[in-house]
Formats: sequence, structure tokens, C-alpha cells
Amino acid sequence: MPRRDPDYPAGGRFGVFGGQFVPETLVPAVQELEKAYLAARKDRAFLGRLDGLFRDYAGRPTPLYLAANLTAHAGGARIFLKREDLLHGGAHKINNALGQALLAKRMGKERIIAETGAGQHGVATAMACAALGLKAEVYMGTEDIERQKLNVFRMKLLGAVVHPVDTGSKTLKDAINEALRDWVTNVRTTYYLLGSVVGPHPYPVMVRDFQSVIGREARSELKRRGGLPDAVVACVGGGSNAMGSFHAFVGDKGVALYGVEAGGQGKGRNAASLIDGRKGVLHGMLTYVLQDDDGQVRSTESISAGLDYPGVGPEHAYLKDSGRAKYVSVSDDEAVAAFHLLSEKEGIIPALESAHAVAYAVRLAGKMKKGRSVVVTLSGRGDKDVNTIARRSGYEL
Amino acid sequence: MSAISRVFERLGGEGALVAYVMGGDPDLATSGAVIDAVVRGGADILEVGIPFSDPIADGKSIQAADVRSLASGATPAKVLDLVSKARSRHPGVPVVVMTYYNILYSNGLEGFLERAKAHGVDGLIVPDLPFDEIEGYAPLARRHGLDAVLLAAPTTSPSRMKAIAAHTSGFLYLVSLTGVTGARQAVGEGALDLVRRVKRSAPRVPVAVGFGISAPEHVGAMLGAGADAVVVGSAIVDRVERSEKDGTAAMLSAVEGYVRTMKAATKGA
Repeated sequence: MPRRDPDYPAGGRFGVFGGQFVPETLVPAVQELEKAYLAARKDRAFLGRLDGLFRDYAGRPTPLYLAANLTAHAGGARIFLKREDLLHGGAHKINNALGQALLAKRMGKERIIAETGAGQHGVATAMACAALGLKAEVYMGTEDIERQKLNVFRMKLLGAVVHPVDTGSKTLKDAINEALRDWVTNVRTTYYLLGSVVGPHPYPVMVRDFQSVIGREARSELKRRGGLPDAVVACVGGGSNAMGSFHAFVGDKGVALYGVEAGGQGKGRNAASLIDGRKGVLHGMLTYVLQDDDGQVRSTESISAGLDYPGVGPEHAYLKDSGRAKYVSVSDDEAVAAFHLLSEKEGIIPALESAHAVAYAVRLAGKMKKGRSVVVTLSGRGDKDVNTIARRSGYEL
Repeated sequence: MSAISRVFERLGGEGALVAYVMGGDPDLATSGAVIDAVVRGGADILEVGIPFSDPIADGKSIQAADVRSLASGATPAKVLDLVSKARSRHPGVPVVVMTYYNILYSNGLEGFLERAKAHGVDGLIVPDLPFDEIEGYAPLARRHGLDAVLLAAPTTSPSRMKAIAAHTSGFLYLVSLTGVTGARQAVGEGALDLVRRVKRSAPRVPVAVGFGISAPEHVGAMLGAGADAVVVGSAIVDRVERSEKDGTAAMLSAVEGYVRTMKAATKGA
């Protein structure tokens, strides 16, 4: 990097967090990736091509919807929904998948690997690869395959190969382990398209940059309508939609930032790394990790596969410690209640992940004055979760 | 001079055999017996694994050993106890501990290093701590009298290789292939070139080659190319795995026999 860029973490660190804790074999690969990304993020042709894909393929910009019925229900601040659920594929994941797939192409890599939890990143990767003529292979834990069958089939329809991962907790964490092992083995030919703001540098900053369009659009739309919001709320698993939502607002001191983690079934049975975890090193980064006293990574619990991850993006760890963002948790039951609430009040079925953010936003808005406003990022739509909810309601589909 | 360096000095031109045992696999008591079998077979340096829940540099064999070890209740503290006992039974065989960085970090880096030293550990191998991240670790390890063994890989550039060789202590762990640990059928020509390249650029640093080495021919080829030692891991772990089926006694004699064959190969044809 020739000049200091305030938007780019020096040495790949957000305070003490981040870094590149990867096997030596991968070091040249992450360095090559950083070099390619630093060039691409300043290249007008690359950025123009990505903007075109965002607009014509993914469906950007997404609406900012004043949820009047939800606002009335909460009885306080106005609640705006940033509608990432309306994107192609049904979630914010396509923003990052398109950005990285375009970068992979620019780097001359033809084989793409990815991991997926809920399947949304796998689907987004499969779509982006199909659109750009790349081959996608997606690692997915067998437990997630079981609870997200629809997305597994979608990936196959889109021409991707899905590799089941049967090790460890058989969820997202283990899918990332397996993708890293593949990358170590095929490092010279393969691009690892990581789906969240996690992993070794430069992934956390790169994925944040590709997702930061969410907050940029919301911010300029609200300014056009009269002013910045008082709070931004987004759910946090790895934390990509939240980082994408927060980034444009970090400099706006008057805007409170809330990340909502999966509270699952309570203490010790959740996926709330920032609240219930402590500092550790996982998947190439120093961050907050859910772990036991010995440093073994704990298995997580959440109704939402997309939040079911024992680590979190290092920039969130930094925002937590610096006090700039606040992290809270919402239980499985509260998320399910919000899933029903948004469906009934606004005619919008949210992803279970996003329902965590909705639940907290309603609680928060209710405590705020009527003239205030809250933006909540609806990171995805809930079609993939309908089976889970039906089963919980005792309804056979 | 560290106990590890003394081994290389003592062996002179003869190759050293580094034998890997996962601490606590299939349980702590049996892994102590595996260590004894490996030493009887002729291992020059012991590499003892502390299990980790997310071993990203390891293939199926060692992943399965992590699972067995954790299921048997092994912890970092218990594996250090195992090392301490092994070290007093076999005073001439130095021990390097292999584990992932979170185990060190999470247990309080400096405290962990102190405890390791107090338990007779001679050095450490941390596969997810590359050269760029060693600043807070390697000098501290050396201050506690521990060798910080660094790793180099086929993708490592020549200038980086020189720097890693200059900063490692005990020996340089050269990863022979792009991939994870695990027994392979053959050693590629690329691996032999890699060994020659490293020895040319850092002739005075002992080089131990690992990943994929499982047969006596591999040992001969690597030493012939100039390596000072070979590391054998998954092939031992695979034999330990069979203890459930074949019984502990049969497993221990298989391990000992295998290590003896591999050690014989280090003495040249």
C-alpha cells in the first residue's frame, strides 16, 4: 500500500484483531489476494463492472421501506427496513459473491471453492459463478444440508458441486475448515470465495467493502429524506451484513450501531461469540471465539443456520472493544416471534437470521421517541426457513 | 545448545527420525505406551500433539486422532503431564509439542510456554502461525528456553525461505507438498527439488521434511536430496487407530516395528 488509507486496516489488523493465522502454504496465496484486491478496489473498470452487475443482475439499489405497521406495533421510533431480501437469490450474500467472483476472474482463477452455512452464500456463489462462467464447489456441513435441503438443491440446479462435510459439529465452522484444507491443497489454481467478514486478512476488509453498499445506499436515501437515522440494527453471525450496514455510519457519531447475535437457548447454548466468547484464534483471525477453558472451540446452537458460527469478524471485535458498536443477543424464541410478526404486520417473511435483527429493532424502537428512526437490515428472505417454522408450529408440509 | 540441536550433532551424517504421536490418542495411558513403542523403535525426536477442535492443516488421519483424543478427555495440561513423564522415562529423546495457536493463546501465551518448559518440552511446532505472525511468540519461546520450530512450504518464495531459516530454532520443518498431513503413496520430484533448494539457501540449518512421508523409500529419497530429518505422523496415527480392532498389544508392536523400519532407512542403504 503506497499511501495510508483510513478505510484499510494497517497490517490487516483492526486494533489487536484480525491477522493472517494460516499455514505457511497459504501465506503467498493471501498475499497474492491482497495485492489483487488492492489493485481492483482502485480500478475504475473493475468497480464499474461490479456496479453494473449489482444493478442489472442482483437488483440494486434495494428499497428502504418505512414499515408503518411494525412502527405502530413497536410504538416509538420509525422503523425502516433495508430490503436486501429483495436481491437476486434472496439475501445480501450476492453482493460479496459477485465482487469476489469478478476478482477471481481478474486473477485468472477458474476453480472457485466456498463454504456455506444456511446455504445462502453457497447459492450466491453458485449464481455468481454461473453468471461469470466459473466453476463452483461448495463445502457444507451435513447437519446444515439436512436443515437447508432447498438451498442444497438450488446450488445443484445452478451447476455447483456440493461437498458434504461430516467432521466436527458438521456445520459452518467445519465447512470452513474443509474449504481451507482444499485451498491448502489446490492453492495454485483455486480461489477461495469466503462468505463473510471472517478468515485471514484481506477477507474481513474485502468482504466488508463489497457489502458496504448496503449502508451507503441506506445512508444516502435517509439523507435525501431528511436526515441520518438514530440507530442501525443488523444480525451478526460472521457479521457480513452487519459490517456492510455499519461501515458507512461508523463516522456518524450520532448513529448508534447494534449487532444482534444468536442467543439460541441461553447461556452456553448459543452462537453469541461477542457476548459469550473470549479472545482466540480461529480460521486465520484473532477475534472473539466461543471456546472452553482449554481453548477448544465450542459447538454452537441457534435456530438459524446462518448465525451458527463460533467466531465473528475481527472488525466487529474491534467495534465492540472500542465501544463504537453495541452487541446484544436475541433468543431462538424471540427470533421466531419476530419472524411471525413481520410476516403478519408487513407481509414480509424474513430469514430467521434477519428475524433476530427485527426482534431487537422492535424492542429498541419501542423505547425510543416517536420522532426518532431505526434502520434494520433485512439481510434475507425467509422462504428457506418455512419448513423449520412449519415444523415448530406442528404443521406438516 | 538445545537438546534438539544436540541430536543433530550426535547423529552426524545419519538422518534423524521425528515421530509424531497424538497425546491422548486413543487415551492418555495408551498414548504413553505408544510413545514408549516409538522410542523403542528408534525415534530420535518425539513430536507430541495436543489435540485441537479445528485442525486446519491436518488430513483425515490426524483429524480422527484429534477427535479420539478429545473424546478421551485429553486437555493441554494432561498432555503436558504425559510429556513430562515421557521425558523422564526417555531422557535422551527431546520432545517437540505440535498444536494450533489457539491452544497457546487461549491458555495465556507466556504461562503456556512456562508450563511447557517446566514439563520438559524442548520445542514447539505451531502450523497455523506463519512467519509473519511470530513476532510475539518466537522470541518469547526462546526466552523460555524452547525451540520455536518454524515451517516452510513449497509455495514459500526463496527470499522468504531464507528469512524463515534464519529465524527458526531447533530445525526447519519443511512441508513437502501443498496440502494437509496424511500418508501418500510416493514422494514427488518437486519435493526433492524443494529440499535441495532449501539446503542450498540455508546449508547450516537442520531441515526436517514432513507431510506425506510414510515409507522407507520416502526416507531414503528425502535424505538423499539433503534433508537432515524426516517427520512421520499420519502413518503412526493410522496404526494407533487400529488398536480398537486389533487390541493394544498388537497395535504397540505394529507401531514399534514400523518405526524401526523407518529408522533403519535413515541409516542409509
